[in-house]
Amino acid sequence: MFSNVKRRGAAAAIVASAALVMAGCSTTVEPGSSETPNGDNGTPDANLAITFLPKNLGNAYFDTSDAGGAEAIAEFGGTYAEVGPAEASPDAQVSYINTLTQQGVGGIAISANDPEAICGALNEARDNGVKVVTFDSDTNPECRDLFINQATAEGIAQVQVDMIAEQIGGEGQIAILSATANATNQNAWIEMMKEILAADHPNIELVDVVYGDDDDQTSFDRTAALLQTYPDLKGIVSPTTVGISAAARYLSTSESKGQVAITGLGTPNQMRSYVEDGTVAAFALWNPGDLGYLAAYAAKALIEGEITGAEGDTFSAGKLGDYTVGPNGTVLLGDPYVFDANNIGDFNF
Amino acid sequence: MSDAALTSAAPRGYRHHSKPLWRRALFTREIAVFAALVAVYVVAVFSVPNFAAPITITYLLLDVAAILFIALPMTMIIITGEIDLSVASVVGLSSVVFGTMYQAGLPIPLAIAVAIVVGAVAGFINGFLVTVMRLPSLAVTIGTLALFRGLAVGLLGTTAVTGFPATWSDLATSTIPGTPIPSVMILFGALTIVFVWLLHGSSFGRGVFAIGQSSEAARFSGVSVERTKLILFVLSGTVAALAGVYYTLRYGSARGDNATGLELGVIAAVLLGGVSIFGGRGALHGVIAAVLLIGTLASALRLANVTSDVINIITGTLLVASVVSPSFFAWVHEHWTRSRGRRARAAAAHTDATPATTQVDVPTSHNH
Repeated sequence: MFSNVKRRGAAAAIVASAALVMAGCSTTVEPGSSETPNGDNGTPDANLAITFLPKNLGNAYFDTSDAGGAEAIAEFGGTYAEVGPAEASPDAQVSYINTLTQQGVGGIAISANDPEAICGALNEARDNGVKVVTFDSDTNPECRDLFINQATAEGIAQVQVDMIAEQIGGEGQIAILSATANATNQNAWIEMMKEILAADHPNIELVDVVYGDDDDQTSFDRTAALLQTYPDLKGIVSPTTVGISAAARYLSTSESKGQVAITGLGTPNQMRSYVEDGTVAAFALWNPGDLGYLAAYAAKALIEGEITGAEGDTFSAGKLGDYTVGPNGTVLLGDPYVFDANNIGDFNF
Repeated sequence: MSDAALTSAAPRGYRHHSKPLWRRALFTREIAVFAALVAVYVVAVFSVPNFAAPITITYLLLDVAAILFIALPMTMIIITGEIDLSVASVVGLSSVVFGTMYQAGLPIPLAIAVAIVVGAVAGFINGFLVTVMRLPSLAVTIGTLALFRGLAVGLLGTTAVTGFPATWSDLATSTIPGTPIPSVMILFGALTIVFVWLLHGSSFGRGVFAIGQSSEAARFSGVSVERTKLILFVLSGTVAALAGVYYTLRYGSARGDNATGLELGVIAAVLLGGVSIFGGRGALHGVIAAVLLIGTLASALRLANVTSDVINIITGTLLVASVVSPSFFAWVHEHWTRSRGRRARAAAAHTDATPATTQVDVPTSHNH
């Protein structure tokens, strides 16, 4: 029996070694991120190896943003890589940040799972000369060089008012289908929308704000109730991705389809069929591809020493144009992106 | 490896003594895991860029420290034939308790003490349900896994307690001056000495093995089965709480969902380390080597830019192989000896004139 244990140990060692050798081979196929890439238009000694570290892998939203990053990095001749945990747990990104520090990458573009848990690791990376850009979800400001903010509350409120006003012709009753009654983001947006409506659209009457609790069935039922309670309702705004798709699903099979406008914040994959069948004319969100693209250019500007992340620094971001760093090391992507029948086919997230 | 000789504390049958001592000490499952660890490390040093840097060891040990801690009591629990699935939830609970106590203004040492007491109580609840209520530990700890996690998340909600004093968080992340070894390994070393003595050097430990072999036989030979199991569950909760405090200080963030799923990492390492899931067999040095093996593999593969899914596949395959291999090799061995015995008997039948001595010892040494 014991001679077999020896063989078993040997087998385990062989399996493990084989896995490593194969892994070792795969690194030579991908450009080794520890080496300085051959940047053709960057500063000669700048290390333009930029790695995207999303909240988790296999997430369509981050696939889109990281593809945007890859596009930008290809434009300026850097080395793109993407690593990340399988699950978005608070500490899972730490070992990846440590690994990137060891590999000596030039920059990390990360969407933080926890604002605090990855702080130590990020600061260690920065002490070793790695530039850190957060996008989509920020850490504490002292743990990164720049945060690429996808949208401001003002921008989100404004685009939603603009869309609904356009879709109902600037007058009539509207209602809001929100998430939970105490959702911080949604409540802030709704307050701003009320102000904008009062100031710019006196003929639009906001008759009710209902809460679908970010639950598909509840949102569906609230939509049905709204349409029954307010027979003259012209439009519904739902500033939550769960709400807008549930409301669109109800409308698409009801007789009010085409009579009542529905808009708000949604994702193209959820909303595609409702845009195609005419239930929904347009909805908004930011473009995650642009978000990743901008994050990559921001990392490049930091690596090349063009900017330090101080307020007022400006840098150029390829096709998106020039950007200026705002307070707290934040760069704003811009106005939310409006999706409609013309462009929804270009997106998959 | 100083405890290798101590494994002889495990009950052994006659066949274990049919080989010389050096072979018994060397050709064990534990040494096989250790050899695999060395092999992986050496291969990685030569084939994975940046792996050879000392900082790799620092990061690696920081990553696996919580698993190392919890694996100590878990090994003993699994040797008795029980299991504790609630450890990761206890980590989360103690993390939240530690955080809220600190937030409430308690000095750190007191907050740590409260968190550890909560862990011990959590372990006592498990132990009480298993030993007094006579419920299977699998069912009990699946229940408390949900219960303790629910309490942890319920206490803090989606918020986190942060901003622990740097002197304390540095303790969790600093290294022993002049070495790449994290300071927390000193605490682990001390705990290891206690647990090695407890499992391999004390009558309590012999009772643990005896319960795993047959709890009835252990009871009749004077082992207090219930008391032993209760103590083990309390130890498990206590050490998990200690790991929770470490976890909180290392990441500087007390959250209810800290360490979700960690129990699977712990149990995987314990089984890979040669502890039988059916109880009665195992040794701590094998388990420690297995935790380091999984950690080293993950670290090397990450540095080689292998994605997390592939890393999971490789560790999973390794675990399945390690669990399957004893039965597989036993089957091969049995097949081999049987055919060899058959051949020997056939040869004996054909050549009657041959002296009997050579044929007799072949079948007797292998047929048991």
